[in-house]
Amino acid sequence: MFEAILLTVITAATPLLIAALGELVVERSGVLNLGVEGMMIMGAVVGFAAANLTGSGTLGALAAVLAGVCMASLFGFLVLYLATNQVATGLSLTILGLGLSGMIGEAFIGVPGLKLPRLDIPLLSDIPFIGPVFFQQDALVYVAFALVALVSYVLFRTRMGLILRAVGDNHGSAHALGYSVLRVRFLAVLFGGGCAGLAGGYMSLAYTPQWVENMTAGRGWIALALVVFSSWLPLRVVGGAYLFGAVTVLTFHAQAQGIGIPSQFLSSLPYLATILVLVVISANRRLTLVNTPACLGKPFVPDR
Amino acid sequence: MKNLLKATAAAAVFTAMAGAAHAADVKACWVYVGPVGDFGWTYQHDQGRQAVVAEFGDKVETAFLESVPEGPDAERAIERFARDGCDIVFTTSFGYMNPTVKVAKKYPDVKFEHATGYKSADNLATYNSKFHEGRYIIGQIAGKMSKTGVAGYITSFPIPEVISGINAFMLGAQTVNPDFKVKVVWANTWFDPAKEADAAKALADQGVDIMVQHTDSTAPLQVAQERGIHGFGQASDMIAFAPKSQYTAIIDEWGPYYIERIKEVMEGTWETKQTWSGLAEGHVVMAPYTNLPDDVVAMAKETEAKISGGWEPFTGPIFNQEGEKVVEDGVTLEDGAILGMDWYVQGVDDKLSK
Repeated sequence: MFEAILLTVITAATPLLIAALGELVVERSGVLNLGVEGMMIMGAVVGFAAANLTGSGTLGALAAVLAGVCMASLFGFLVLYLATNQVATGLSLTILGLGLSGMIGEAFIGVPGLKLPRLDIPLLSDIPFIGPVFFQQDALVYVAFALVALVSYVLFRTRMGLILRAVGDNHGSAHALGYSVLRVRFLAVLFGGGCAGLAGGYMSLAYTPQWVENMTAGRGWIALALVVFSSWLPLRVVGGAYLFGAVTVLTFHAQAQGIGIPSQFLSSLPYLATILVLVVISANRRLTLVNTPACLGKPFVPDR
Repeated sequence: MKNLLKATAAAAVFTAMAGAAHAADVKACWVYVGPVGDFGWTYQHDQGRQAVVAEFGDKVETAFLESVPEGPDAERAIERFARDGCDIVFTTSFGYMNPTVKVAKKYPDVKFEHATGYKSADNLATYNSKFHEGRYIIGQIAGKMSKTGVAGYITSFPIPEVISGINAFMLGAQTVNPDFKVKVVWANTWFDPAKEADAAKALADQGVDIMVQHTDSTAPLQVAQERGIHGFGQASDMIAFAPKSQYTAIIDEWGPYYIERIKEVMEGTWETKQTWSGLAEGHVVMAPYTNLPDDVVAMAKETEAKISGGWEPFTGPIFNQEGEKVVEDGVTLEDGAILGMDWYVQGVDDKLSK
């Protein structure tokens, strides 16, 4: 039973995890992209369409990433090179994505999807309990695990990560040192878009293999909240995503057991839990300030 | 400035031309709560709109607004249609009731139709379908087919339509298996495929072998198929998503009603009324029975015929959860009591917060 619940939790947490990791990198570079939901839904529809037309789940996932990157490049061009307002541009990106995806997806409504196959990792998947939970998943779950390791390593253990964080903390100094602030930020935005697209692709290829309009149903916003929740630390994103997924799934189990707590209260539990942890974390103000990118949301216009 | 004037003039001419090109007899407009691509509630309403277009062709002009939130936005959307020259406006969600009433008062020459509500006026009719008739049939099928004797029931919000659905399902199941049990799980959403899938997985993990849903996406059925259990489609025929798992589906068929009412507008015979129809009128349709043995199909068809013939599933004796007899033997519950249902029948293992 516990094993079954954990399996469901991982599926529920993976799209949040992937999207939030991408957004974390974007925000670490000092850009706030509120268009995660829009990029996710585009990833979902394009991924579904590609998988459906080619018959290959891998191509579907790649197409989802590409769709996210395309959306992000539009955002990046506007906010970085034309210095438009990041909040407004991000919101429009979400609206654009929701509308555009509906148009693209029209032909795919009511068409059953292609579910990504389960990929058992040899040897590891034979370990009792841990094996079935962590090593008998679809490929994208492993991608999510790998992304966590990759993002943590690159951000805090490499020169590239140092530059990225410098740009996010003080773009003036980074510029004076000769780093191209806009290029670093643009690449970060593209990475974030790719992740959001992949997260969307996970929804339409693995979680619920189908396309319906608005199927991400606000998960992009939850991913955004998770980044703040994690105080911009990748490992905490993992914790947040799994906490959110776990509380969501457990409320359904509680209801099915018939414990008699009003379902409206149970439905709000994941959000309440998130807020509670957020309060506890932000109690340590100094730690929060250390990790918050100081230039988050501030436009940078190089004076030439 | 000159350019702007030119552009405005051009736009005006263009609009006028577009208007002339669409000189249809009747303009019918729809306000939808979800996207037309939800493959559930709104999708079925839009299928109804398309049936109207197919029936009348050039004689009718249609327009719709999708994903209109229930609230102040709804009033604006409905009013826009009323001003835009719509002859008849269909508002297709319960939450549009008060906005529709308000706008209908302001535009007495425009005809309004509100789905699933209970407030009407001289130029405002209401229409709804007896979905619980279909739910009684699937209850019987569930009672026959379930090995564990437990069904999972994924629901949206505790409104009368949903509650009467659960009750009808239980009454149906109890005719076959008096000890039948149902686990009710509230997703508190009409449409969130991933959340519905989570709820379905939780139910499957707890050992149900029949999946019933009163939410709109195909996700629960997909989960049922994955887990090797069975279920029923909601609003539209979802067999493509679960060819091995769907027993049948309760289909909302709005087309015949829309065609009938628009024809009345054309002929000038439209009058306000409160329509509540079901299997008999073809507004609720059962999808083909699949994955079932012949005797169960025969039983389902027999019940379908009985209900089409005028029999009401909410016919006594019916007991409430406390075991009190609320409907006497042979007495049929009134329409109003079904449309306002806020209590469970005996055997439902869930509590309603009041």
